[in-house]
Amino acid sequence: MEKGEAKSKKPPRLCCICNERRPVLKRPKTLQQCFYEVFEEEIHQAIVKNRLFKSGERVAIGASGGKDSTVLAYVLSELNRRHSYGLDLFLLSIDEGITGYRDDSLETVKRNELQYGLPLQILSYKEIFFMFFVKALDRGAALLKVDKLVTGHNADDIAETVLLNILRGDIARLSRCTSITTGEDGPIPRCKPFKYTYEKEILIDWFIVVAGIYSPNAYRGFAREFIKDLERLRPRAILDIIKSGEDFRIATTTKMPEQGTCERCGYISSQKWCKACVLLDGLNRGLPKMGIGRARGGGVNGVDHKKETKAGSTVKSLESKQCGSLDF
Amino acid sequence: MCSILAMACNSSGCESGSCGRDKENGRSKVEEVKEESVCLKCKSNEPMKFGDGGSDDGRFCADCFRSNVYGKFRLAVTSHAMITPSDNVLVAFSGGSSSRVALQFVHELQVKALKNYEASRDRSLPVFGVGVAFVDESAAFPAALSGEMGDAVAWVRSTVLSMSPPEKDLHVVPIESVFALKLLDSVSDETGKEDLLLHLKMLSLQKVASENGYNRLVVGSCTSRLASHVLTATVKGRGYSLSADIQHVDARWKVPIVMPLRDCVWQEITRLCHLDGLKTVELARHPQSGINDLVSSFVALLQEENPSRECTIVRTAAKLTPFYFNKIPETDDSCVPMATQRRLKKFNLKYDGSMTTEAFCPICNGPLNGSDSSEGYHESDNTLYAACCSSCRFQILPQDRSSLEHFGSLLPHHMVSQAKHHQKVDSQTYLREKIKDCLLMDDEEAEAV
Repeated sequence: MEKGEAKSKKPPRLCCICNERRPVLKRPKTLQQCFYEVFEEEIHQAIVKNRLFKSGERVAIGASGGKDSTVLAYVLSELNRRHSYGLDLFLLSIDEGITGYRDDSLETVKRNELQYGLPLQILSYKEIFFMFFVKALDRGAALLKVDKLVTGHNADDIAETVLLNILRGDIARLSRCTSITTGEDGPIPRCKPFKYTYEKEILIDWFIVVAGIYSPNAYRGFAREFIKDLERLRPRAILDIIKSGEDFRIATTTKMPEQGTCERCGYISSQKWCKACVLLDGLNRGLPKMGIGRARGGGVNGVDHKKETKAGSTVKSLESKQCGSLDF
Repeated sequence: MCSILAMACNSSGCESGSCGRDKENGRSKVEEVKEESVCLKCKSNEPMKFGDGGSDDGRFCADCFRSNVYGKFRLAVTSHAMITPSDNVLVAFSGGSSSRVALQFVHELQVKALKNYEASRDRSLPVFGVGVAFVDESAAFPAALSGEMGDAVAWVRSTVLSMSPPEKDLHVVPIESVFALKLLDSVSDETGKEDLLLHLKMLSLQKVASENGYNRLVVGSCTSRLASHVLTATVKGRGYSLSADIQHVDARWKVPIVMPLRDCVWQEITRLCHLDGLKTVELARHPQSGINDLVSSFVALLQEENPSRECTIVRTAAKLTPFYFNKIPETDDSCVPMATQRRLKKFNLKYDGSMTTEAFCPICNGPLNGSDSSEGYHESDNTLYAACCSSCRFQILPQDRSSLEHFGSLLPHHMVSQAKHHQKVDSQTYLREKIKDCLLMDDEEAEAV
């Protein structure tokens, strides 16, 4: 909203549009109602002149709950109706997962949803990052014809994964979770993903683990604390855990996921659809939590579309569904 | 017609089958009844409440609870041929709850066998023998234990005495009988010291067992103990040998070790001790601040969060491939009853039997991974260093190579000889076993000609 200029010293004029009522604003010299019309019209002109939208498009309005996005939500829905843009509008809000910080804004957005009749999608920023990262990594590596990818793996994370797999009884993952580490080849051994194209899924899981983007701390609480204490007592224990993981005698007949391709995007996937596609599909269908819980009956990869896990669950439990796609 | 009956049957005890309301009343009555006022198993006795805040409290009566735990013990014994009529079994008894229960159950099994023996006409099946071994560790913890040990031993003696008939010999083994005390001082790592002591303890048990004609060593390790072991082994880089330690049977030793309480959890064991008034003695040790302690605290924490966590851990580790020595060796010994031999054969088919190791660490007796032994090994290196697993190398062997020679001389002779013995004999035995179907026996060959 533009601020008005300083009041002129001329005698009161009439609104330059309707010429009837007293002006409220100096510039553009309109009364409130007229202001709205002008304001909205200007926006409409901007949309049309720049061909911002096409009819039938699904458009997300970034809704922070602040004044800008509230106005934007209102204006767009108004214009969409008035000028028949034919847009499928919805509010998109990001939950950063920090309680208290966003709460008020989200409340506002929810109110917007009701006021303007725009459906609301709330995503956690982690989910967004994950989806885009996965795609970016895929495409980037394919583009560069990468044979190997070095990531800033943290041995702590791998060690933690080994432990968690033992605690959760996941023998299949246990057999794979250290398979992409190389032997120590320097004073500070670094674990690198070795076969990028072959074990793509594991790599992606790994990177997310490493980046710590996806895992809420509550999920990892027990194991992480233990690892820290262990490291204090005996620093090399972290590497010893990894060594144990590599040395575990696991029968080769242990059921491993078959390597196929994603039906949607064609990249390597152990399921019908790769995890990124599952998530994206969920987003498109307004079910952003899809693909995050464990596979249940029904759905593409067995994911039950009706079930959604509650984001921000703080149950300090190893069975927490938060990281379903990254189940250890 | 029903309306008259309907009016009459306002009470829930109505027997008139035609009345629709009867079912409803019946159902609601059942719902009113409190969930656990009868034992879930026998549905007749009152459930036992242990009041220890543990899971599953107040669900089973005392008898069903006891028979459940004993049932697990007996199943382990029979399905793994742990104790057979011709055996002479030594029970390792520390005075703690787990070994107390093991001793009690073995005793009960023996009593039953004796009863059957005396009742049978032909007396074909002998009663297995039972001895008890108690390792006196006071020399290793002089300040802490010396006072209590005398009382503890006296208590052990009276306990064993009370468990007859059948009579059982008690062997009190001072731990310093197998090694020089200077050895422990040479180990700088706290955890290494604790583990070395455990290895020495096992060595002393093996010594007393073989010297006194026992052919089985019963160890009371329960699920909970094994769960901790799974994690400690993992964090010490002992992932390869882990599967050897957590099976029901560990026959890499001269006297095979059997663990009949492997499928019982600590909670069951302590409850049973409480239920049957089985006394235990807990010897005070100096505070353990190493990795072993950290892990048991961690496991205890996990148990609070989920009471079945210990079971899950052991179940996961049980999916690791065991070794060829994780079963009672088959034998052509005519003393062993045919039934036992058949059972052994049937059981042993389960193992994939792929032998990938021939060498064992002289200190912990852990099977060595191929890559392990060649790690950093040079011709000029001390042979002890080369022979040990990487975990023992780090936490037990002295870090400076110059002291290695001296350290080796302090080690019990048994440690080195045991490994050699096993390396030579059992690989041959094992190979023979694998190919014996293809082998022609001498007399067969002669006949064919």
